Amino acid sequence: MSATRSLHLAAEIGGPPHYDAEWYVDLARLAERGALDFITLQDSFGRPGPDALAVLSRVAPATERIGLVPAVTTTHTEPFHVSTALATLDWVSRGRAGWLVGVSATPAEARLFGRRRAAPAAALWKEAGEVAEVSARLWDSWEDDAEIRDVSTGRFIDRDKLHYVDFEGTGFSVRGPSIVPRPPQGHPVVVADGTADPAAETAVRHADVVLIGAGRPEEATALREQLLARAAAHGRDPGTLRVLAALTVHLGDGERPLDPGLESAPHTTVGAGGPHYRGGPAGLAELIAGWHGAGAVDGFHLTPAEPRRDLERLVNGTVALLQHRSLFRTFHPGGTLREHLGLARPANPYASAGGAR
Amino acid sequence: MSTDPTEAARTAAGSAAPAGSAARTAGSAACTATGRTGRTGRTAAGRARDTGTVRTGADRKRIHLAAHFPGVNSTTVWADPRSRSQIAFSSFEHLARTAERGKFDFFFLAEGLRLREHKGLIHDLDVVGRPESLTVLSALAAVTGRLGLAATVNATFNEPYELARRLATLDHLSGGRAAWNVVTSSDAFTGENFRRGGYLDRADRYTRAAEFVATARELWDSWTDPGPGSPYGTPRRFAHSGPQFEIEGEFTVPRSPQGHPVVIQAGDSEEGREFAASAADIVFSRHGTLEAGRAFYTDIKARLAAYGRKPADLKIMPGVTFVLGDSDAEAQERAAGIRRQQVSPQNAILALEQVWGRDLSAYDPDGPLPAIDPDPDSRLVQGRVRVADPAAVAAGWRALSEAKGLSIRQTVIETTARQSFIGTPETVAAALDTFVQTDAADGFILIPHLTPGGLDDFVDQVVPLLQERGVFRTEYEGGTLRSHLGLPEPVRKG
Repeated sequence: MSATRSLHLAAEIGGPPHYDAEWYVDLARLAERGALDFITLQDSFGRPGPDALAVLSRVAPATERIGLVPAVTTTHTEPFHVSTALATLDWVSRGRAGWLVGVSATPAEARLFGRRRAAPAAALWKEAGEVAEVSARLWDSWEDDAEIRDVSTGRFIDRDKLHYVDFEGTGFSVRGPSIVPRPPQGHPVVVADGTADPAAETAVRHADVVLIGAGRPEEATALREQLLARAAAHGRDPGTLRVLAALTVHLGDGERPLDPGLESAPHTTVGAGGPHYRGGPAGLAELIAGWHGAGAVDGFHLTPAEPRRDLERLVNGTVALLQHRSLFRTFHPGGTLREHLGLARPANPYASAGGAR
Repeated sequence: MSTDPTEAARTAAGSAAPAGSAARTAGSAACTATGRTGRTGRTAAGRARDTGTVRTGADRKRIHLAAHFPGVNSTTVWADPRSRSQIAFSSFEHLARTAERGKFDFFFLAEGLRLREHKGLIHDLDVVGRPESLTVLSALAAVTGRLGLAATVNATFNEPYELARRLATLDHLSGGRAAWNVVTSSDAFTGENFRRGGYLDRADRYTRAAEFVATARELWDSWTDPGPGSPYGTPRRFAHSGPQFEIEGEFTVPRSPQGHPVVIQAGDSEEGREFAASAADIVFSRHGTLEAGRAFYTDIKARLAAYGRKPADLKIMPGVTFVLGDSDAEAQERAAGIRRQQVSPQNAILALEQVWGRDLSAYDPDGPLPAIDPDPDSRLVQGRVRVADPAAVAAGWRALSEAKGLSIRQTVIETTARQSFIGTPETVAAALDTFVQTDAADGFILIPHLTPGGLDDFVDQVVPLLQERGVFRTEYEGGTLRSHLGLPEPVRKG
């Protein structure tokens, strides 16, 4: 892939739990000042923290451009609710919503619901794929021009432009249509981890943005090529996927001299929770420019080890340096997350199929 | 309980205006007992002048006001040129900001989990489509500072752990302004959108609702209070074991600013009333006439003592509509015009079919009512509350039609959900005040007929009059919804 393609940057704003809106609004605005593509907010039923989708919905009116990507898990939440909540986030943010797909794997989480036993990861990720599939169908279940407000016939909608999805999954079925009209982006942007199966299989089938954990650019290149090939095998255009390297960043150590070569990995280590970078903002800028310049990835998803400190250093240091070198945008030219990522608004298969149902 | 409180509050809908011309829409909410039984008569505003024990001076009750977003119901007039999007965030923001400018207690969203159907087809005459409530309210928390934020969420198609968490999150993000209107559903039609399907027996609806709310309260109480070194407190393990739910673990959200979000209940059955008395902070009622309101009020308040609660611990707020004018006569004219917009020829036939349970499309809306009787076992209508006793309603409609020589459409206009309060701002303010001071209500959930500007005139013209009367706040005194409502802090258990 060409090294001149746009660089995409995203940041996680979670960490030790906070419950007040201002904490998250401040971090989101900071990331927005850096013109990042999007922020993510991790979520789990299994550890303290607020509902991530609600937090980013609260953040939406307090920001203008940045993409908002909450983790939403599919194991215990009704697929219909997953779909309508994400569609609503896209409406309230005027086209900036995304979805970081997750599952709940532990017996402890299962006991919080008391509905089903914990299942193997393979089954959970297969189900996550089905939830992504039915969500997309529900988002499409209203054609964009279904609302007609035709006074002469008294019809608010053209019911021929609403569609039953009649999805039959392994463990659930959904009739449809959605209660929410098609979101501004058509589909909120789907983000998923593609580092390893079984999650990777769901990612190559359904994700617009695939996150990978790699300690070296060669690994990233190989993984990216593999993922794009798998996506193509599922009939997808590889050009509609964005692959971002996931990296936890500790920027508290100040600058150290860094070998500009890509193998200068004394600063990156792969451990539990994926690759880590330790060093200064300038070194991180070098690393990002190097990996991206070599065509290893389309960008980075960065998780600050210490949320406020490291996000500030990331935006004011690393991003500013990349902007200075004209490697990263200085403002958001578009309004939607899809526009930031250079992804087209998806066509509606029901519309092209034409007619009712 | 309905998934949408306004749904049960009406039978049908329709609009006016000859086909091919102006506006039309459908039905109306806040229907009164009078409207449902087909009795005609004076509006609530007129009836409010009836005698009653009226409080005076310092004894006067403060009125509570809420704003119902006009959306998927038959009150909403979508064909009006001033009508805007029912889905764009700007519409929600406009109405919420207007309500907060008017110092309202809270903003209210209904819920839909399956698009309504009629004769096997998606109902297309009313507004269709809406966002998911809790997500919209989280966003509205950013553009309002004091207004309570109430979501209708179905206890049948959610699980306590997840919903309690979402509600507690909203309470934190809004600084203590969250409320939950608890509804349940037993209908398999809605269940087709969910894993769980329509498994719930009708008789178990309140059993589930009661255990759901009790379980949510256990979760909301499960964290310790904040202390030195733990600004949020710490989670303690919970374990709940009951007929509906068997769950254990730790909750992820600390006790929220209100302790527990405010709980609203909207059912009117015997079980619903008892559930409200035992567990709710607010009843969203449908008794829009003074007499029916007083009877309901007395009944509900009398049930509280059995649960160790005081009369003031539960607020009764009927859903009501209103029409303002420069004179009472002008307001009446406007109200009639809105009714014609709400009951079109198509919607008149639809209203009739909802009662009769039969395909009546061959009937002329301007002709007489059908001679055939309703089908008691009809499944014609899906996704909305069925008329309780179709034969009785049909008989009432026929009697009215014959007595006054009314066509199908005129009968529907007469019998379904007339506006509750019609008049000058002075007339409406006085009537609202009388309702509250004579114990027919503690306040009102106002259901405007226009999105999003339908509350503007009320806030600009009626609220100041209520304030002059000394029965409505001129400034918010506290930050939480509980403080607006004068509700006690929830007692912490465990």
